[in-house]
Formats: sequence, C-alpha cells, structure tokens
Amino acid sequence: MAEATTNLRTHAAKRLAPEDARNAAREVRARRLRAFLFVAPLLVFVMFAFVAPIASMLFRSAYNPTVANLVPASLVAIADWDGEGRPSDDVLGQFAIDLKRLANDRTSGQLAEEINRFLPGTSSVVKSTARTLRRVDDGTLAQTGPALLLDANDAWAEPGIWRALQEAGKVYTTSYYLTALDLEMTRDGSIQQRDTQIYLKLYGKTLWMALIITVLTLILGYPLAFHMAQSSTSRANFLMVFVLLPFWTSLLVRTTSWIALLQTNGVVNSTLIALGLTQDPFELLYTQFSTIIAMTHILLPFMVLPLYSVMRGIDPSYMRAAMSMGSRPIPAFLKIYLPMSLPGLSAGALLVFIISVGYYITPALVGGTDGQMISNIIAFHMQQSNNWELAAALGSLLLFLIIALYWLYDRFIGAGNIKLG
Amino acid sequence: MSTTVNVAARRGFLNAAVAFKKTGGARLNKHSGTDVFLEFDDVKKSYDQKSLVVKGFNIAVEQGEFITLLGPSGSGKTTVLMMLAGFESVTSGTIAIRGQSINKTAPYKRNIGMVFQNYALFPHMTVAENLGYPLGVRGMAKADQRKRISEYLDLVELGDFGNRYPGQLSGGQRQRVALARAMIFEPTLILMDEPLGALDKKLREQMQYEITRLHEQLGFTVMYVTHDQAEALSMSNRIAVFNDGIVQQCAAPAELYEKPANAFVAEFIGENNFIEGQVDRIEGKHAIVTIKGEGTITAEAAEGLVAGGRCVVSVRPEKLFIHPSTHAHDHDIKATFVARIYVGDFIRYYFRLADNKEIVVKVLNDLSAPEFGEGDVGRLQWLTSDCIAFPHSGEMPGVTG
Repeated sequence: MAEATTNLRTHAAKRLAPEDARNAAREVRARRLRAFLFVAPLLVFVMFAFVAPIASMLFRSAYNPTVANLVPASLVAIADWDGEGRPSDDVLGQFAIDLKRLANDRTSGQLAEEINRFLPGTSSVVKSTARTLRRVDDGTLAQTGPALLLDANDAWAEPGIWRALQEAGKVYTTSYYLTALDLEMTRDGSIQQRDTQIYLKLYGKTLWMALIITVLTLILGYPLAFHMAQSSTSRANFLMVFVLLPFWTSLLVRTTSWIALLQTNGVVNSTLIALGLTQDPFELLYTQFSTIIAMTHILLPFMVLPLYSVMRGIDPSYMRAAMSMGSRPIPAFLKIYLPMSLPGLSAGALLVFIISVGYYITPALVGGTDGQMISNIIAFHMQQSNNWELAAALGSLLLFLIIALYWLYDRFIGAGNIKLG
Repeated sequence: MSTTVNVAARRGFLNAAVAFKKTGGARLNKHSGTDVFLEFDDVKKSYDQKSLVVKGFNIAVEQGEFITLLGPSGSGKTTVLMMLAGFESVTSGTIAIRGQSINKTAPYKRNIGMVFQNYALFPHMTVAENLGYPLGVRGMAKADQRKRISEYLDLVELGDFGNRYPGQLSGGQRQRVALARAMIFEPTLILMDEPLGALDKKLREQMQYEITRLHEQLGFTVMYVTHDQAEALSMSNRIAVFNDGIVQQCAAPAELYEKPANAFVAEFIGENNFIEGQVDRIEGKHAIVTIKGEGTITAEAAEGLVAGGRCVVSVRPEKLFIHPSTHAHDHDIKATFVARIYVGDFIRYYFRLADNKEIVVKVLNDLSAPEFGEGDVGRLQWLTSDCIAFPHSGEMPGVTG
C-alpha cells in the first residue's frame, strides 16, 4: 500500500525515478564520450599543427630573449645608466668581457645583428670590436677593458649604440609592433612616425588589391554561377569541370603559365605586336596588374562554388512569381533574386578577400616589386633578414586585421548569412 | 466582415457572371458562348522540336469560372499553365483574353495572379511586404497599400501576421499568404499550380474549402492544375482531364464521374471495375455485350463502339449491390467471394468472375453489410444506366484502387 502511494506521488510530480535518471545520465555521458572520440584525432592535430604555431608566433612578436641571454651581466650593469653621454667604465668593462666571451663562442654575430636592428650600421662595429677583443688575455681585459673598447671603435664613446643595446636587451617589447606600424618610441617614451613608411602602405595596398580581386571575381563569377544554376544538371556539371580545372592543376603551373603569357616576349605581347596594335611590348609581368590578373584567375572557383550552390537552391518560381505580379525582369532580379543569392555572394566575397589578403606565392612569382603584398614582406623577414620577431608582429597584425574585418562583416551583414553549400 | 464585403463589392461590379452564378445558382458547365473570357485555340507546345507535349488544346472559359486541369504527371497540364502565365512560349495556336491574343505579351504585362506549389513567398520579406510587392510595382501609394494589405490579410484570416516572415509560418498559413498575394492586385485571372500539393490531408481539405469560399466571394476566374481528382471534383465548375498532351474530356465534375467519355477518364476519375467483352449489337444508346462465362449484359454505349468489336464494360464499385438488396437492378450475376476488407466507413468486397477477373464492391458499413466465407458464391446486381461499354483500346485497364 505504501509503495503504491509513492508510485502515485512520483507519477504526479512527473519526475524520473532516481534509477531512471541515473540511466539517462549515463547514456548522455556515453554519447558525449563517443562524440569526443570521433573528433579527438583532429583536435590533437589542430592543436599541434595550428594552435601551437599561432600561439608561438603571437608570443614571439613581443618576446625576444636573445640579447638578454647573450650579455646578461652587461645589461644589469647598464640598467642604472641615465642614457646621456658615455656609460660608466664599469659598464664598458663588463661589456668588453662579455663581448670577448661571445667572440670566442662565435655568437658575437647574433649580438651584432640584434643591435643593428635598433641602430642600423652598427653591425660591423660590434663584429670588428669582437675580433679585436678576442686576442686580448683575460687579465689585461679586466684592467683596461674600457680603454680597449674605446680604442677598437669610436662608436663606443657615443650614447647611441648603448641605447640600442639597452633596447635590444629588453625581453618583452612592443617595438616590433611599433615597427610593423611604421612607428617608433622616442627616448622620452612618446610614439612618433618613423622616417621610412613601409608597412602601413603595404597593408593598405594589400587590402586594396584584395578588394579589387574580390570585385573582379564577383563580376566574372556571378553571371557564370547564375547561368550554371539556370542550366540543366548535365550542362551545369560540364561547366563545373571548367570552374574546377584550376583547382586540379598545380598552383605553381598556373602561376608560371601566367608568366609565359605576360612576359615581355610572351604570348600576349607577341600577339599584340603581330596584330600591329603596338610597336613596343607592354610591361605586363612583375607589376600589380599581373598579380591581380593571376590571383583573380586562381581565386575564381572560391567565388563561383558558394554562389552556385546557393543559386541552385533558389527555385525559378520566385522570379516567376515576381514577374506574374507585374515586376519587370531587372527590378525583379534586384529585389528578389539578388537578396536571395546574398548568402552565397557574401560567403564567396569573404572567402576570396581573406585568402587574397594572405596570398603569398603568386605575388612572389609574378608581382615584381610593385605587386608585392604583406605576406611577401613577412616571408622576407623570415627568410632573408632573419628578423622573426618582426615577421611575427606583422603576421599577428594581419591576423588581427582579418578578425576585425570579419567582425565588421558580422556586424553589418551578419555571419549567419554565409552559406557555403 | 465589412472588409470582405468591400473586396467583394469592388470585384462584383467588374463581373456580371458571378452575380448570375450566385443568384441563379446555375453552374457554368455549359457555356453559352456569349461571354468568353479566356480562350485557347488549338494551342500546341514542343520543347525539343520533335514531339509535342501539348497536342492541340482548346477551351473557352467564362469570367468567374473555376477550371481545373487534371491529369497524371507529364500529361502537359502544367505546360498549359506556364504558357498562359507567359513563362513558356506557345509553339502554335493562340491564347486570347477577351478576344486579344496574349501570345506575345510579356509575363509581367499579363496581369495574371499565380499561386505556386512551393508558394514562392519571398523569404527575405515579411508577409506584409510580400503582399505589398505587386502593389508597389504598380506604383500604389504607401497608405493605400497598407489599407489593401490589411484588407486581404483579414480576408485570409491572417490579420495579425503582417510582420512575420514566411519562415515563421506553418504550411497552411503560407498557403493563405500565397493566395492573398495572388489576389491582392485584382488580376483578371488566377492560376494555381498544385497549390495544395505540399499540405497534409486535413489541411488540404480545409484549404480546398477556403479557396472555394474566396472564389465564390470574390468571383475571380481560376485555372487550377492538380493531379488529385478529389480536389478537382470538389472545387471546380469544369474539369479538363489531360492525358498524353490531349484533353480526354472537359466537363462538369458530376458528368465526368457519371458519364466518362472514354476508358481513360473512367479509370482515372474515381474507382472503377472493368470487364472485358464482345459487342453483340448496338441498339440506340445501348450496347448488348457478351461477357465470357457470364452471358450477355446491356450497357450504355460510349462513342466509337462498333458492333462485333471488343470492348470493356465499366461499373463503379459503389453502384454494385450484393444480393439480398432492396436496390433496383437490371443485371444479376454470380461471383465467387475472395476477400473482405474493412475500411471504416465502408467495406470493400473482392469477388471473382467466371474468367478469374476480380471485381470490387463497396458497401456502406451498416447492418446490411453481409458476411461471406471463403469460396462462397454471391450475387451482384446493378443497373444498366450505371455501366458503360467503351471500345477496347488495346491495353486493358486494370481494376483500380
């Protein structure tokens, strides 16, 4: 009897019995675990191959321990210096000892490079001084270190090189970000523009070129996607092969074929000359023009594919309905079809724009000096000037820029509007 | 209520046929030829330059009529509708409205409302914006638009839904919006292409009633395409039955059901039993037919029947009665009981004739529904006027259902 009452009560309260609740919870847990196991390999891979490098890049753009590791004692000694005139003999002596050690370890070149970044032209000063000090024995060095240093090069008497050492010795620094924005910090701590403006202009040019490429792919891709969406399936599939053909050929082959077309004695110029349209060949290759043309070609599928898949889903009856209600074809297209194809359009535009902002290989091959984009200068700092910190700062700024653009897009158009298929 | 009267009044003076229809109560199945509103004259359509999809379509429609094009898929009925709306060109022949050919008129100049199977409501516009679209195109002032929109929203009983998006509506509500949008600019003609195809059975029946109500109230002319015969029978003034690009019969629903012109219509509309036979002789409107193993029966003779030729005799399952019954009858044959299927409101009996041909009988589920055991022999009775002999067309229609 008592049990029956309890049953009734639980039933009335519509609660699960404790055992049922436990079973249900166990089932949910098992399902979650299974779902996690499915994505676990990818998660590990992404952490290892994507998240970790990006985190290390972000860190490296503000963290530079090289100099601090090379000459720790000198940096401690120079910490009290007021930045005016010549530092005290203690500092000079300590630095002479450190420099001799580096010269023997063959790491003085690293120091020279780091200081040179803050005061161009000092690389040779550091290197030659290091060569001089290497032959001096430790006893002499301890006693006449400052004098030896000043004898080796006049630059050691000036405050400039010491300030550069102090700057380079900072473990955490914003100076790379400032450089990436064409700014520098003056001695009193205020921020001013650098004499040479490189990077901001390059960012501007990169965005501008990406915009032009996006607009060009849109102009070329929209009618094509529209036509494909209107045709029969077999015809659309046939045309799709041509859209995808660039995907199936190597990027390098495609880019070099543009070189063959556009170079001074290339197909385009010889055709123009043969037709008598011009006497002298045009400079087509290694310009901004060639970069934009080649990238428009390469990125066209990224515009066409999302557009096509969205347009394929737009039933012809929408346009018919608009026309049956008295709307002419073009107004009907603008008011009905265009808004309905907007998800594909924005997905394609965003895809093309973001890919082209970070594009490297095509501008590197056909861009010359005029057609370089920000990625090329990042690559330059990584491969040639060996300034990984600046490359990291430039790369991080590019990442922030893209995130900011995406945020703006989301704000005004809505990311929910994107449809890739 | 007052708004609906307004709409009806605005329409009413346009069109005397409706007034006639409402007061006289006469159905417009036999048009007098005085007031032809829409006319198809030998209209043909070919897509591939080889074969015709529509092979010479003729019809004259009066103002206010509800015409249904009924047929299996691929029979050409939707093509006819698309040619009328202007989305497909006419290969040959003429489509005329009030005597003026519209063959060369652009779709957006035809002033024809259309309801699509998928409703084609613009998803990025609210219900009110959808309804306002045709009005805006016509340059109507915003204030007038708002008044008209609320009028028509009330008409389809969606007064409070103006600010919703189509995605937020149920199937039935979308259907109502699509209807309102097709009517709101007061087109001369409204086309409906399987408008109820996407709805479930209950909603479909409700919307059939709704469309009929609006048609009666506003008196617009409708050309309706469907493959659902129940829908066609319950809504139309006249039905054109399509098959293979040809209109098999164009008649009022009752005539179509009771007096099908040929075996296709007899089979396509409703359920029918077909019994093969040989025409002995024809006596006026009747044919004397010999059925193998059953002797001779008398049936209504359909057009094209010749004495001595093969024929099929059709008789509907609900016109057959099982002995004992009080119904009058002209024929009485023996048949072996096969099975009995309980459907609910009625019961289906399957009998086998002497030549192994199965025959279906529908009996109302009342006290008279008899019980049979396996292999029992029953007697089936029917009237001569309920069975029609059609010429045998080569391929024998089976028992439908």
